[in-house]
Amino acid sequence: MALKLKLHTQPDVPLEVDCISPDRLQSLSNSEISKQTIFHGNRQVNLGDFFDCIGDFDNEIIIEGDCSNIKHIGTAMSFGQITIEGDVGTHTGAVMSGGEINIEGSGADWLGAEMLGGRITVKGDAGHMVGSAYRGSAQGMQGGEIIVHGNVRNEMGHAMRRGLIAVGGNADDFAGVNMLAGTIIVLGDMGIRTGAGMKRGSIICQNIIDILPTFSRSCDYQPSFLRQYYKYLKSMGLTINDSFLDGPFERWCGDSVELNRGEILLYAGK
Amino acid sequence: MASSMRIINGRVYDPTNNIDGEVKEICIKDGKIVESVADDATVIDAKGMVIMPGAVDIHCHIAGPKVNAARKLQPEDHRHDVHESTPFTRSGTGGTVPSTFTTGYRYATLGYTTAMEAAVTPIGARHTLEEFHDTPVIDKGFYVLLANNIFLQNLLRENRLEEFDQAVAWWVSSTKAYTVKLVNPGGDEPWKGKKNSNVADIDEKTDEELSPRQIIEAFIKSVHKQGFPHPPHIHCNNLGHSGNYITTLETMKTAGDMRAHLAHIQFHSYGGELGKNPTSKAAEIIEYINNHPNITCDVGQVMFGKATIMTADAPLAYVLKGHSKGKWVNADTECESGCGIVPFSYQEHIYMHTLQWAIGLELFLMSEDPWRVLLSTDHPNGGSFMSYPKLIKLLMDKSFRHEEMKRVNQKALDSCSLRDLEREYSLYEIAIITRAGPAKVLGLPNKGHLGVGADADITIYDEMEDKEMMFNAPRYVIKSGNSIIENHEFKNDFTGKLLHIVPEYDKKIEEIVQPFFESYYSIEFSNYAVDDSYLHDHEIIPTGQA
Repeated sequence: MALKLKLHTQPDVPLEVDCISPDRLQSLSNSEISKQTIFHGNRQVNLGDFFDCIGDFDNEIIIEGDCSNIKHIGTAMSFGQITIEGDVGTHTGAVMSGGEINIEGSGADWLGAEMLGGRITVKGDAGHMVGSAYRGSAQGMQGGEIIVHGNVRNEMGHAMRRGLIAVGGNADDFAGVNMLAGTIIVLGDMGIRTGAGMKRGSIICQNIIDILPTFSRSCDYQPSFLRQYYKYLKSMGLTINDSFLDGPFERWCGDSVELNRGEILLYAGK
Repeated sequence: MASSMRIINGRVYDPTNNIDGEVKEICIKDGKIVESVADDATVIDAKGMVIMPGAVDIHCHIAGPKVNAARKLQPEDHRHDVHESTPFTRSGTGGTVPSTFTTGYRYATLGYTTAMEAAVTPIGARHTLEEFHDTPVIDKGFYVLLANNIFLQNLLRENRLEEFDQAVAWWVSSTKAYTVKLVNPGGDEPWKGKKNSNVADIDEKTDEELSPRQIIEAFIKSVHKQGFPHPPHIHCNNLGHSGNYITTLETMKTAGDMRAHLAHIQFHSYGGELGKNPTSKAAEIIEYINNHPNITCDVGQVMFGKATIMTADAPLAYVLKGHSKGKWVNADTECESGCGIVPFSYQEHIYMHTLQWAIGLELFLMSEDPWRVLLSTDHPNGGSFMSYPKLIKLLMDKSFRHEEMKRVNQKALDSCSLRDLEREYSLYEIAIITRAGPAKVLGLPNKGHLGVGADADITIYDEMEDKEMMFNAPRYVIKSGNSIIENHEFKNDFTGKLLHIVPEYDKKIEEIVQPFFESYYSIEFSNYAVDDSYLHDHEIIPTGQA
């Protein structure tokens, strides 16, 4: 049986609960878990003041309740699984290096920021800065996968270095800004300035976007590696239009204000 | 406040009073060291421990607008180095440019009780004093940047030397500074006005009238005449450029037999051709210093790892930003100075960085008079002050030094003489280069020693074989008679005082300066001089005939 944390009191200001991760809770008894210190606004309180703790940890933590005001769940986790049955707050899975986080509701800003490995799956939407670098850092996401079934907001994959971000819905502005490497796939619409300042890496999108003037069109082709990506995403539950599997893609090189070794692959089959 | 205290059984290193490791009792009353105290005084048993005066950092960058800009530039440093509060101390952030509170506490945890901020623009003095008030434990002062001041340069061009002296005194006095700082004299104006150019030679006249040498000479003479406790603090022209040792030698010669302090001299001891890899000219530089007792310097050792280049030498920062390709700041400070900030990392495998590291060590190891070649890393330019213990170990432990030399760029080592230097510093010499020496060079009579009447700033270390460990964690730190750290833990907070000078000047000079302000400055003349309410706790160090 999994360890279940049930939110019994809705916090009126955000809670910071970086202790909710398999690494921190694995060897604790339920009463010790309830005594873990967390921040309620600027005050230190116990986890038990907001959560009921039921069951025993066997590699999985299930979180029940509306956690949209709860930050830092799964931050820096390295193994195991966290399932969040509703929405969740900011910084979820930031800097995580392994394991899996499944969010049944929606994620928020800084989801998987600077993550190193593991997988985050979101059934709903996510906020700004998904898989991005924190302000000042040279590198964002450095490994792992983030799969969002819904939409994401601005600056997804900011300065990302490695790994995969896949979005079933739309992405807002500045997707892949300053990207160093890695892969971003968006099945819906893109905002403006996609890939601005990217050095390397691939951004794959299906719908016509305003491509920056600093990108240049190099060719149309049918990249065979994309089949593998799409098949994988299909197995993860995203809806993939079969015509994408073999469809021709326009390849745009950029960003020429930087290294010009990145690419935007734009579906050209329509 | 513990009014009286007696420290017994410890071995005392107090070079000013010629005490070299003797077991001696130290008595403290009302923040001062006294002959004896009553029997009911608190007793600290320092058996097996080493007692030294609190250390004095003669050259660091810890407060003011440029330091704050460097903090804002590097949020990632703060996130990775959180300084937690204790029941007695406040929280903050670390990294190479710590927040104000953390700066004070971290200095204290190394046994430092005084530190001098080495470059503040006059217009930034108010900001610096505000930050000082929030920099706990240590006493502090700052040097005011005047060498690229347009008004002062105009006076020199017109040969109005009497007014120049008055204006220097006015500027130092009205900013509450400790002495004048010359940074790349004459170099900022061409950088600002002539497409990022710089002066390349000490005798190059930037506008056919004034050369860096004339500026340096004028300041040295003026400060000498007015008897400031610390001579002009000089950051020579051509910092970091190959072949710059000639400029450095010429700068020292310009002083004649008057006092001058050369800052971070390691960065100014390079041979070779401009634009090519440098070579070490440590031997030439240190020979001149050894033979000229009027010259003092701090080394500005480079330590491998993260650093932040932070300087009023704007053209230098503009050159360096090209190397790192990361974020950087350049700024023009009205009619007074420039500023540049570049986050930097010194790496063992790079020829230039290893050579810089080796030149610093060469300077230390070839110095014949530790009273005049002082310890600094030009924090945070050559590395954080937190690396001082490691630097002390490099100086004290030959075998450790040789181990470290195996990890660095061997080609760089081949080109200098570090491998042949077998010297090891003694604890007595370390006490000189970190305490007695800087206090003497600064002209602080109550610092850096444990004689009767000195400020009761005391550090007590456990004597250990590993000197890095020893100097990393003093068991006790006493500041002005207050026990700040006991058994490695903070037991008190304390607000240190400002050390400054108030040279006298003729009020008439204000009438000459004022019109210039009204024409060229962004702020009103009447708002420029720093009000006495910014002083908080302070001590005026007397000026007078040298």
